Amino acid sequence: MNMELVRNVPKGGFNFDNCKRNEMLLSSGFQHPKTVKTGTTIAGIIFKDGVILGADTRATEGPIVSDKNCSKIHYLAKNMYCCGAGTAADTEMTTDLIASQLEMHRLNTGRQVPVVAANTLLKQFLFRYQGHISAALVLGGVDKTGSYIYCIHPHGSTDKLPYATMGSGSLAAMSVFESRWKPDMTEEEGKLLVRDAIAAGVFNDLGSGSNIDLCVIRKDSVDYLRNYELANLKGKRHGDYRFKPGTTELVGKEEIIEVVPFEAFHKKLYGDETAEAMEVGA
Amino acid sequence: MHKIQSFPEYQVPGAQHQDFSPYESNGGSIVAIAGEDYVVIAADTRLSSGYTIHTRKQNKLFQLSEKTVLGSTGCWCDTLALTSLVNARMQMYEHLHLKTMSTEAVAQMLSILMYNRRFFPYYVSNVLAGLDSEGKGVVYSYDPIGHCERTTYRAGGSAGTLLQPVLDNQIGGKDRDVKNKPKVPLEKAKEVAKDAFISAAERDIYTGDSVILKVITKDGITEEEVQLRKD
Amino acid sequence: MYSHNNFIQTELWKGGPVPGQFYNFPGTSQDINAGNITAPGLYGSNRSSSPITTGTSVIGVKFDGGVMIAADNLVSYGSLARYQDVQRVFKINEKTIIGAGGDFADFQSLKRSIDQKMVEDMCYQDDIEMQPKSLYNWLTRILYNRRSRVNPLWLEMVVGGMQDGVPFLGHVDLRGRAYEDDVVATGFGKHFALPLVREQISEGRLLSQSEASQVLRKCMEVLYYRDCRAISKYSVAVSTAQGTIVQGPFEVNQNWQLATLVKGY
Repeated sequence: MNMELVRNVPKGGFNFDNCKRNEMLLSSGFQHPKTVKTGTTIAGIIFKDGVILGADTRATEGPIVSDKNCSKIHYLAKNMYCCGAGTAADTEMTTDLIASQLEMHRLNTGRQVPVVAANTLLKQFLFRYQGHISAALVLGGVDKTGSYIYCIHPHGSTDKLPYATMGSGSLAAMSVFESRWKPDMTEEEGKLLVRDAIAAGVFNDLGSGSNIDLCVIRKDSVDYLRNYELANLKGKRHGDYRFKPGTTELVGKEEIIEVVPFEAFHKKLYGDETAEAMEVGA
Repeated sequence: MHKIQSFPEYQVPGAQHQDFSPYESNGGSIVAIAGEDYVVIAADTRLSSGYTIHTRKQNKLFQLSEKTVLGSTGCWCDTLALTSLVNARMQMYEHLHLKTMSTEAVAQMLSILMYNRRFFPYYVSNVLAGLDSEGKGVVYSYDPIGHCERTTYRAGGSAGTLLQPVLDNQIGGKDRDVKNKPKVPLEKAKEVAKDAFISAAERDIYTGDSVILKVITKDGITEEEVQLRKD
Repeated sequence: MYSHNNFIQTELWKGGPVPGQFYNFPGTSQDINAGNITAPGLYGSNRSSSPITTGTSVIGVKFDGGVMIAADNLVSYGSLARYQDVQRVFKINEKTIIGAGGDFADFQSLKRSIDQKMVEDMCYQDDIEMQPKSLYNWLTRILYNRRSRVNPLWLEMVVGGMQDGVPFLGHVDLRGRAYEDDVVATGFGKHFALPLVREQISEGRLLSQSEASQVLRKCMEVLYYRDCRAISKYSVAVSTAQGTIVQGPFEVNQNWQLATLVKGY
């Protein structure tokens, strides 16, 4: 009895049991369900005293907005945050997993973990899955050695840059950085620049939208500015759409509630054929 | 018959092969509501493809006569071709018969023009709104190959599937008993049309920027524009 | 009995076009040649399903009193920066300017037809010139016709100029999709230049001429940084009430200060 239970406890890591089956289903025309994508604008810059990360807050399922105010700046460690673009589940799980590994590393070493370590963990993790984990990340943080922005692609390649953008709005955001970024900006200048970069994505890229989140990381403090700017307010509707009581007429006059057992009901419908026979049939 | 010979594909160095599709989806939605003596038709003004917005101020409502307005979205190049063809044919009709085409006639003609391209369709979602020969409001809706249906209200385009149930409820009174079905006054129709677009812009990425609303009555056509989300 | 009597029974819609076609006025030739351009040869037909020599982004901006269209001077051959001193923006006449991206051979052949139209215009000596909207609409029909034969002219064009004294700016692409706006762009310019210009033109406000040329310069700089198929040399066509002119080539401002900051990965 106990053995039966033990056998069903899943092992750690991904489960690939259904790969072959799914392949067969796909080849016979099955459409697999849509995943939530964060067709996104995310960005990060280095400024005088640290880094600033920015993100929009729209999540989409094809042409439909599935979340109007999602959060795309993920926590990695006290001194590090990470913006995620791509498949929502992948960005969240990847950053969560690496966050816990970073915390273990911190406890093991007894020091603040450098940003480069997070970069290495993330890229090695993503490389292992050959791009099947679709997470495009902008990692930003400050440690003893300085301020860093890393751009991490789903296949595991990385870039260390003074400014980076990712997601479907990356081109719009990059046009702002390429025309206005300069070294050693003040915090105010930096926040305005990142805001404008995200806003460029929000208004010009259909995969990005809603609000603007910022996260300022300094040597020994962090400002997580959730909904820093509400760039798009919900439209005010003109009418009142509450239904008045009694809008839908009650069809039956008397309350007739009769409990019919399934077998009897089935027999009434299909005669003497058994329920099992029906299920297996044809 | 010549035997088709197969020649080798001469590859040009540096040339990248790109597949050409004559169609493209350019988004946009339409709502039309007809009443006893009026008809309201509205369309958003965003023209887009993929994840890019081409323009925020593309009018998708085509005034065909004093009594008829056509809303057309889908593949924008087909919309342009189809509407200019409709305009040309209506002018010919006017010169031939010395009168303006009635809404019913336009509706029938549009169906024929679209079915003419049965095997290379105009990839468009059309909603025709107008006053019929008795002065009553009427809405015609089409599929891309010319199926035509006369109704009193309709939502079409990229957010059509989102908006139609709203209209069924608010205008059609589908949740109500036949006796209690509301008569829809003009103000209510305008309100629902605008609100439908405000809601569609929240959830459909291809609908937004602004909505143009045209009201057709016996006194003429008035136009109104309401701003929508720009993201 | 009466069915043979032509006086009584006439054919309905006689001489009229079949649905989807236009009336052929007497004296004009029937469209017997229409299919020739793309008619199949002995062994089927070959279609240019891909562009060969290509130009990248074109950007057009309206300003108070005119229109400006900018494009760099490169025509690429695949990934090779093949022709680096080619004009991609043109003066058509005193009212019309044009810029082209996409297959440059397709554009040159089209440009020949446009130039021929201008010669015809001139021959009338009636001081009537083609206006930008006419050219825009003509291009729309040409391109739509070719796309409908699934043999497109692989082009994305920006048409600008003064239409009855008012600035006009439009965009046409290989499918015949056309639209007008205060700012239009093609290719990569759609992604990089449009956000920059849209940021500048807040609702309803038009740029001044110097602001417009400044923002175009900025756009060309950003495109030079980020578009692999762009070079640093560009030209600008300007149309105002005074006439049209092609300026340049100009060199974009370059700043590589950043390069010293990028170390490691």
